[in-house]
Formats: sequence, structure tokens, C-alpha cells
Amino acid sequence: MIFRLINRIPVTALGIMAVLLVLWEAGVHITGMPVWFLPPPSRVFTALVEMLPQLLDHSRYTLLAALTGLTAAVLVALVLAVVMAMSPRIRQGVYPLLVFSQTIPIITIAPLLIIWFGFGIMPKVVVVTLVCFFPVAVSMAEGMQAADADMVKLLQVMGASRWQTIKLILIPAALPSFFAGLKIAGTYAMMGAVIGEWLGASSGLGVFMTRASHAYQADSVFAAIMIISLISLLLFALIELISRLTIPWYYNERRK
Amino acid sequence: MTTRESINNLKYDPVVLLEGVAKSFVVGGKQLPILDEVSVRVGEGEFVSLIGPSGCGKSTLFNIICGLERPDRGRVVLAGNENLRAVDTVSYMPQKDLLLPWRTVLDNVILAREVAGDDREKARREAKELMSLFGLAGFEKSYPAELSGGMRQRAALMRTMLAHRNILLLDEPFGALDAITRTKMQQWLLEVWNRFRRAIFFITHDIEEAIFLSDRVYVLTPRPARVALHLNINLPRPRRYECVTAPDFLAIKKQIMQALTST
Repeated sequence: MIFRLINRIPVTALGIMAVLLVLWEAGVHITGMPVWFLPPPSRVFTALVEMLPQLLDHSRYTLLAALTGLTAAVLVALVLAVVMAMSPRIRQGVYPLLVFSQTIPIITIAPLLIIWFGFGIMPKVVVVTLVCFFPVAVSMAEGMQAADADMVKLLQVMGASRWQTIKLILIPAALPSFFAGLKIAGTYAMMGAVIGEWLGASSGLGVFMTRASHAYQADSVFAAIMIISLISLLLFALIELISRLTIPWYYNERRK
Repeated sequence: MTTRESINNLKYDPVVLLEGVAKSFVVGGKQLPILDEVSVRVGEGEFVSLIGPSGCGKSTLFNIICGLERPDRGRVVLAGNENLRAVDTVSYMPQKDLLLPWRTVLDNVILAREVAGDDREKARREAKELMSLFGLAGFEKSYPAELSGGMRQRAALMRTMLAHRNILLLDEPFGALDAITRTKMQQWLLEVWNRFRRAIFFITHDIEEAIFLSDRVYVLTPRPARVALHLNINLPRPRRYECVTAPDFLAIKKQIMQALTST
């Protein structure tokens, strides 16, 4: 397992990133760019080290909002997907509404969320849920639609009810697609939480970033961005791990 | 050794009785007749095959027996009771094995029992005892992707068998297997059938396979399908594969080939 993980570290990608960082560092020094405008990576790194305790403290709030929102999004998405699978008529009624909901820019309803839910964790959780449920719901619903029709027919001949068919065929068949959607949602979750915090909060990485940018501390902003990327990356890895543990049959089949 | 006699005199109660079944589909705005007054029957514990050119509507006939489609005309009676639903009497094995990739072999073969709401552990115990008969001993915890083609078909047949229905509909179950595996599977199927004595209605377009396995054979015409020939196969049982070269066997084969080519 450990060896497999080491093998899978993307060496080339890390190399490209190192080259870009060197170019950035050199560029800032050569052009004499002011630090408040664009700090060199070395300066970002020092800021990161200096601010680490503070950043980690703020991360806790953001991560909590992200994980709560993501969990809520998954629950909402699964319920919606299963309800849509119960009958084509429900699907025809619900699916267009789902798509329509995505045409509303979340950022524009955020002020309303503040009015409704105040400045606590709730509006952030709602923003994350709103951002994340769509990719999960769509991938789950599409995955269920793509289940083998002959398997469904087989269950029908066995006398299965619609719910049994959903439970025994459609849901398991949709899991690979579900996890693909969940990975997308996972990368949105931190972003959603930070946006929620920008609009009003007392703690969290979004608050840290707002304060730092008001003080023209670009290095701190970059440090926060690095923490956000890191946490998003860990979330992605966590989802991948859960996916491998939940649907080992899928990975085995794919390897062949 | 059991010798089966003609059932034309209705010695057995038919578990499948189709009378004058007709079906057509609308394709591109045109009526396309598929089945034209097909009458067949399968007796209790009997092995009956249906041969026909591909695309002649054999699978449609099976769908009608399964209750997946309704005939336009004609009568379908299962187990002598017109009110009996197909789900209570018929177990269907499609051409594709349709094993669920996310279930182990053991959990795949008890699928019908689980759907019926039976106790899962009890079904598993029963299945474990039969694993070696189906050549799957030691593979209980394997996933379908780890099995060979022959093993997958055996697992699919075991699932069909464990459904505890009186009628098994097998739709070209060995169609995708290589010739050698196929021959082995045919002999093995006869053993399994001999042990469980369920009625088997078997679709194939392999003439030798049909003769080797069956008590009776129906030959269908090209679409729209009618019964072109109905034959008793009075070869003694148990049958060994060598019998495919016996003069009696070849005579039957010739008769079927003529029926298939003259229509």
C-alpha cells in the first residue's frame, strides 16, 4: 500500500510546479515588484510558517463548515437521485428544477443567507451545500440511469419491487459515478466555505483573507490560499480512499 | 437409465402452455409481425429446446412467458393455472450472465431469494452446499470479474436454479462460450437437470446442442415465427457426448436442418 502510494506521487507535476516557483521568485526579484503587490514564493513561505498557528486555528472553522456542508449536500443529492429513480414522471418534474437551481449565482443569494441565518456557521454550511449538491445529484442520477437495463429486467422477472431494484441494482451501479461527482464536490467545498466567510463571519480562513487583503498583506493571502489548496487536496484524497474502500470491485475490474 | 417417452399424449401436465401466441411490433410506423400463432408446451421436469434462425423472435417468446411483454393474441398458461404470475413460477437466465459486479459469487447466486424476501443467511447456507455441484467451490467470495466465462455461466445458472421455480427459461446460455467449454457445460447441465428435475425451456441456434440436451425440440421458421417442426428426441439417457455421431442422432439432425432450410 505504502509503495503503491509512493509510486503514485506525480513526480512530473511536482517538477513543473518547482520550475514555475523558481520563475516566479526570479521574476519578482528582477522586476523589483513591491511585496504588497506580488510577494515572491520565499516570502509567502515565511509568512506561512509565521502564521501557521493562526492559519490552522482559522482552518478549523472553515473545514467544519466545508465538511458539514458537503455531508448535507451528499444526503440531499442521494435523496433527490433516489426519488427521481422511483418514477420517470418524478424525474421529469425534478431534473429541470435541479438544472435551473444552478443558474442562480450562489454569490448573489449569499446576502439573503446572512439575513436568514445570521453570522454563525449556518450560512456557510448552506453555501457549501448549495455549491456541492448539484455535481453529486447529477452524477448519482446519471449513474442510476446508466445501469444495465438487462439487469433491471432480470430483477423484474424475479418479482422485485421498484425499491428493491433501486437498492440492489441502481444504487450500486451508480456508485462509481457518484464518487466521481463527489470528488468534484469535494474540491468545491472549501471554496464554498471561504466565500461564505467573506460575506460575514468572525473566524475562518475567509475572514483571515479579508483582513490580510485590507492590510495589503499579499503574502498572508497567498499563505491562506496555500492552506486552502492543501486542505482541498486532502479532502480529494480522503474521498478517493473512501471510494476505494467502498467499491473495490470497480477498481479491480478497471485494472483488468 | 431413464427413457422418456413421447409426451404428445400429454402424460405430463404442461407447466408452460402457449396457444396461438401472436405478437407484432410497430417499427418505423409499420406493423412488423414477430410471432405468428406459436403453440408450444413444456411438461413438468421436461427438457425442451427451441431452435430458430437468429432474429426469429425466440427472445420475444421468452419475454412473453416471463410476463415482460403481452401477446397480441393467444393464451399463456403457466403451471396449469391461468391466474399464476410468471414471477412465481418462472426463472430466467439470459444470454448475458448479468452477474452483479459488486456482489460476490455467493451473494449473486442468492439474488432471487433475497428479492423474494427469504432469510439471507439461510439462502447462503443452501448455496454453499451446492457450490461444488456448480463447480464454484472455493470461489464463494470471488467477484464475477475474477471468474472465467464458463464459471460465470455456471454461477448464472446456479442463480436461476436457486430461485426455486418450476420452470427455467435458458436463453442461449452457452452461446458466447468456446466449443470445448460449451461441450463440457452441456454435459454438466444435464447432470444438474437430472438432479433438480425442473422443466427447462432452452433457446439455442445450435442444432446439435438442442438434440443432445432435449426430450423434445421445436423448430421455428424465420420471422414471423411459426412452429415448423416438432420432434421427440428418443435417444436414451443418460447421454454421453459420443452420441452426437450415432446414426439416430444424425438422422434427427438432418430432419431439423431440412426444416430450417426449407422454410
